[in-house]
Amino acid sequence: MIEGLLSSGMALPAMFVAFGVLIGVLFGFFGMGGSFLVTPALLVMGYPSRVAVGSGLAFVFGTAVIATLKHRDLGQVDYKLGVSMIIGTTIGLEVGKEMVVYLEHLGMAGFIISVTYIGLLGGIGVFITYTALKGGGGGGIDHDEADGEVDADDIPDIAKKIQSYRIPPMMTLRGGIQVSLWMVLLVAFATGLLSGLLGVGGGFIRMPALFYVIGVPVPIAVGTDLFEIVFSGGIGSLMYAQLGAVNLGIVVPLLAGSALGARVGSAATSLVDEEGIKIYFGLMLLGGAVAVAVQEAGKGLDIGIAEPISLVLILASALMVAGAVVVSSVRALRTEDEGPTPAAAD
Amino acid sequence: MIGLSSLPVEALQTVGLVLVEAMVLYVGYGALTSALEPRLSEALRNR
Repeated sequence: MIEGLLSSGMALPAMFVAFGVLIGVLFGFFGMGGSFLVTPALLVMGYPSRVAVGSGLAFVFGTAVIATLKHRDLGQVDYKLGVSMIIGTTIGLEVGKEMVVYLEHLGMAGFIISVTYIGLLGGIGVFITYTALKGGGGGGIDHDEADGEVDADDIPDIAKKIQSYRIPPMMTLRGGIQVSLWMVLLVAFATGLLSGLLGVGGGFIRMPALFYVIGVPVPIAVGTDLFEIVFSGGIGSLMYAQLGAVNLGIVVPLLAGSALGARVGSAATSLVDEEGIKIYFGLMLLGGAVAVAVQEAGKGLDIGIAEPISLVLILASALMVAGAVVVSSVRALRTEDEGPTPAAAD
Repeated sequence: MIGLSSLPVEALQTVGLVLVEAMVLYVGYGALTSALEPRLSEALRNR
């Protein structure tokens, strides 16, 4: 298993470390999102579908372990909910993995995974860009809100409706929320299926689903989501590792860079307003969607230049947003040091 | 589904290595951040 680490020389691991730093800055700052650039990047680089998905999952697993260790200390994990979700997620993961293997057999795995990515990245990218332009929230974790308590009145209407369906067995979550176990399993299955199919943690869907569908307060949804990703990522990695589809030559340098970047990104949250940068995040996702679309079009039309163009698009998109976070932080640090202007002091 | 008998040692080693790396990075970067963050912030302010 170490052969993968040694066979690729130094240039490729160095590139993965650098890419990991970019992704880590995004994950540390926005609390989500970096990991679902990994699998498309690996696909664009020409790795087989199962290696791109399996290595993406192993990377997500490592990232989630680090993030959960932080959230555990803040008491933001509902272990009962997390463990219940593992059942649904595991079934979803297995179905997703079997779908990848079957689609590979049909020779369609790369195409289907790419099209799903284009839909997901494009859809979420449009939503986030639209809400950022309108000045609304959504599409990301509000760091301040995640650190505070959410009032019971803040539970979304759809979650209240779902909580009213009392299909036994019912389970009581933290904060006295009662919900049917079946709803929990359904959300877990859907996100597990996406994880197994796309090699992502599923957090960018699970976290909003826990809040909007089940009604879990945001701080607990964030911590429980990460706790759950440790298991879904771990089990998913194990499934793909059994197929020999986890490339440590990719995962090890990527994780080393990402853990460093996450420190920078998470430090930046106390300096920079997320709202000002959210539009770049939306544009980055759209850039990812365009990159995968260009790659698929290049394959279909047999255009060789499409692949490097896709890779440059993905890297440039991530670099743009990570750069915006770092530059804004440094500016904020200097402005902070200059002290309040006379007008502000009033 | 995963059965204990069907888990090759190499698959467990691969995932175990990622887990160990994550924990080492958490502790290592945590110590590094505590040591360097104040100096780095100061240096950025003064540049």
